Amino acid sequence: MLPHEYLLRRRVWAGAGLAIIVALASGASWLTDFDPGRALQAFPEAASWAVANFVPDAAAWKRLPKILDKLNETILMAVSSSTVAAIFALVFAIAGARTTAVHPLAGLVSRGIATVFRNIDVSAWALILLFSFGQSAYTGYLALFFVTFGFLVRVMIETIDDVSTDSVEALRATGAAYVAIISQSVIPACLPRMLSWVLFMIETNIRSATLVGILTGTGIGFQFDLYYKSFNYPAASLLVLVVVLAVLAIEVSSNAIRRAVL
Amino acid sequence: MTTLPPRPFNGARWLVRATLAVLTVLTILAFATFDSRSVDVGTATADFLAGFQRLLLEPRLENVTIVELLEQLAITVALGALTTLIGAVVAFVLALGVARNLAPRWLSLAINAVTALVRAVPTVLWVLLFAVSAGLGSVAAVIGMSFHSAGYLIKAYAESFEEIELGTLEALQASGATWWQIVAQAVVPSSVTALLSWTFVRFEINFSTAIAMGAAAGAGGIGFDMFMASGFYLDLRELGAFTYAVLAFAIALEWFATRTTARIRRPV
Repeated sequence: MLPHEYLLRRRVWAGAGLAIIVALASGASWLTDFDPGRALQAFPEAASWAVANFVPDAAAWKRLPKILDKLNETILMAVSSSTVAAIFALVFAIAGARTTAVHPLAGLVSRGIATVFRNIDVSAWALILLFSFGQSAYTGYLALFFVTFGFLVRVMIETIDDVSTDSVEALRATGAAYVAIISQSVIPACLPRMLSWVLFMIETNIRSATLVGILTGTGIGFQFDLYYKSFNYPAASLLVLVVVLAVLAIEVSSNAIRRAVL
Repeated sequence: MTTLPPRPFNGARWLVRATLAVLTVLTILAFATFDSRSVDVGTATADFLAGFQRLLLEPRLENVTIVELLEQLAITVALGALTTLIGAVVAFVLALGVARNLAPRWLSLAINAVTALVRAVPTVLWVLLFAVSAGLGSVAAVIGMSFHSAGYLIKAYAESFEEIELGTLEALQASGATWWQIVAQAVVPSSVTALLSWTFVRFEINFSTAIAMGAAAGAGGIGFDMFMASGFYLDLRELGAFTYAVLAFAIALEWFATRTTARIRRPV
């Protein structure tokens, strides 16, 4: 190919790519009734509004204990749903991974169940669970639990197949028992990576728990909704500040753990 | 029989155990302080299993037609696509300022700090904050969702840019290429597959976020219909039909993503 042909070709490709992007963007804007001009205008409006109104005042600081209490509830929910989901996911992942599956059919069933659980969004789970569990902590807990379980099964299967395939084959050849292989080789070898994924899910779940809380009337999300709907923006801003600090603290510590153990 | 010498102290193993211990304590604490609001777990679970069975086995549409359902699904998909595109454009520019082989260190640190702050605010709060001045609707939803979309892609794109060998960049610099020439002629062409894969992964995430924003923040689309079926019509069967639509699309996306994104590392 001559240089100018190559350059022409690249320009045609770049042009086609740009055209597709523009077409996609305008089609999507039309479907969702999205007005880009209005959006650009909304930025300075929102910023000036936030500077004037979205600042904690003295009355808001008095609500800090209440906010911290709700934050505490939400963090505990995110952590406990992730850890319990991790235990269940570990069992399903061992049954589902190619390296450790007892039977190919067990692997298929385990992966299938996990696919359904993680592909129904956490908000959809919350809406389904609301029918039976109402506006209680169970609803949010189970919604987070289901999605976390589905996601962790997937990444744990990848981890087991990635890390342990060789050692499991070697141990099988020595005649080691199945349970011994799992508990002495697979779990110890995969634990750091699996832990890293659980920490990742805890971070994700704190954000999701805020969303689920708005739908189910629990935790920090519900508290935000209360302040927001009663136009108590100073208190809402303090709440956002507290959430940001909590999320950053958890992110920093889990990144530190990840760096040390991986 | 000789006794084995004690295992030497291993910091990483100790940290794994300590983390597991902390998580266990927090989990026990969570169950001890669980706000059950007088819900009887036994009856509720039985009720849920029966309901879930109905949802899965007897889905049907009541308040909307199949055409309307597909239309709402299309709106949710469009919302996901639009926020992915906006996120991608913003992230591309900012990632050039984050990648350590292309940008000065201070710029990289500054952008990363702002991104971390942006990502620490849950998406739903971003949407609701913009809804105060822009009103509940697609404008607030698109802006709010684009924040996390961009934040995620900045990290992913910057990592893809950083995979380009320093030698290549130095050679181009030595031959007199400007920074923009290096970006346009070397950095973008060699990382374009990775960029596309990451963008698709984010689209998958934005699709589910779009459902959630429809349900919780007035963004419209199928999420809003699910919210109505659940909270207003109390219709499990219709919710089942919506769930199937969402599930089918999400599984198709995931299948496509695993096929096309095998090359890149999954997000951490």
